[in-house]
Amino acid sequence: MYTTSDFFQFVVAGITTGAIYALIALGFSVVHNTMGIVNFVQVDFVSLGGMLMFSALLALGLPMIPGLLLAVAGVAMLAMLVERFGLRPSRSDNELVLIFLTIGLSIIIRGAMKLIWGTNRMALPPLSGNQPIHIFGAAVLPQALWIMALTLLAIVVLSWFFYRTPLGLAMRAVASNPTAAAVVGIAAGRIRLTSYAIAGALGGLAGVLVTPITTLSYDVGVLLGLKGFAAAILGGFGSFPGAILGGVILGLLESLSAGYLSSGYKDVVAFIVLLLVLFVRPKGLLGK
Amino acid sequence: MLHLDGVSKQFGGLPALSEVSFSVPRGQLTALIGPNGAGKSTLINCITGVLQPTSGAVRLEGEEITSLPSHAIARCGVARTFQNLKLFERLTVLDNVLTGLTVEGGNSMMMAMLRLPYLRHRERRLKLRALEALDHFGLSDKAQWPASVMAYGDKKRLELARATVSQPQLLLLDEPVAGLNATETEAVACQLRRLRRAGQTLLLVEHDMELVMKLADQVVVLDSGCVIACGTPDEVQCNPRVLEAYLGRMDATA
Repeated sequence: MYTTSDFFQFVVAGITTGAIYALIALGFSVVHNTMGIVNFVQVDFVSLGGMLMFSALLALGLPMIPGLLLAVAGVAMLAMLVERFGLRPSRSDNELVLIFLTIGLSIIIRGAMKLIWGTNRMALPPLSGNQPIHIFGAAVLPQALWIMALTLLAIVVLSWFFYRTPLGLAMRAVASNPTAAAVVGIAAGRIRLTSYAIAGALGGLAGVLVTPITTLSYDVGVLLGLKGFAAAILGGFGSFPGAILGGVILGLLESLSAGYLSSGYKDVVAFIVLLLVLFVRPKGLLGK
Repeated sequence: MLHLDGVSKQFGGLPALSEVSFSVPRGQLTALIGPNGAGKSTLINCITGVLQPTSGAVRLEGEEITSLPSHAIARCGVARTFQNLKLFERLTVLDNVLTGLTVEGGNSMMMAMLRLPYLRHRERRLKLRALEALDHFGLSDKAQWPASVMAYGDKKRLELARATVSQPQLLLLDEPVAGLNATETEAVACQLRRLRRAGQTLLLVEHDMELVMKLADQVVVLDSGCVIACGTPDEVQCNPRVLEAYLGRMDATA
């Protein structure tokens, strides 16, 4: 028999993974809006976040919060390098060329991570404690609360950036009409660089937050990243509210189907719903 | 102020512009006219970097701007509107005008993140100027509307507001009254006269001859990618080659 507290347990778990998917989906959307491409390096930003956090804590001996900030900033920097030296030199606006480049860069980065950190699975300590807190009969790990709180914070900062700063306005302008943006004097290069930095920070944050729950390895981001990609499509690729909604729905579907059916079915159920949504509404839930 | 020197543009081997040379004097309104397909819009696109000319040079105040990207040319003080409107449909009317002030904002990411007080102050000033520009064009009551829901005439005026808000050195207008009714056309003509009086240098592409002849200081006539006449409105109206381009050869119809 299932009880209400079971239900709460599933919902909390769903929102937690959903928040991670939402962060990754937002990263996909930011780059898609300014460059019109799917950035497959996004999946490696997630692994890199975990790896940099691991090194910051164990090699540099930093405390949790500075370690987290360093890891997120580090991934953002690396993402900017990827754009500046990985994509820009192609001097191409052809989306297909750029997408293939991101696939190649993704493989290179994964190889580099394998060389630096090895192929062993590693464990990252949670941000604070392992003692579950009981809310409505559901046992919630402190890390889950961190995930929800920091995802919310990231969304608030992101909306503030896009709607309250001149650079955010320039980014929305490029997303809306690239030709007009160039003609009013917005330099596309800087906007692309910024979008990669944001995507890197979001992916890195997702990696730092999720790896204490999963485990850490050089390719941990691949499956998570694909789920984030699916979440972005579910919500409507390129739409920020859609990315958040898609992430949470995908997380809830997974966790509810794992709880009430069987954990073996969770990916199946999630992706069947994704397919159904796309059959009925190909542009996604909130797509334009 | 703007000098074109032998500007040519070919699409595949097809010449759209051949050896176009003329100057746009400071503080005057130069009109660029010509039959459909003469290459007027192509020329504007070549000046603003939307297209790259195949050969020739475009100089602004003696500085060559020929192969610069669009955003760099905009930063030199060249603003424009488009024949078929290029607005930011998803942005509000006010935000659309604010993007026109990009050329003045040093929008480096670190600076924007740090929120220095002087920056906040400047942002407020820019916003005031944008509102003022909306006021000039009678759009201030719609400042928070998304641009996509506006009527066509309002969109035309919004694009004008976006192009003029930064007080550019040179303003290029590609058919600003196309598709407008008589009242709306008169309102735009009024705005152009106001800009002209304020000393704005303008290059106007337009099919409305009445408007051109009333406003222009200098008229350049383009036909099949070549400049066939250049002079005051009166001179151009009597030029036999212009009449031929517009009305066909006299002896062929006689």
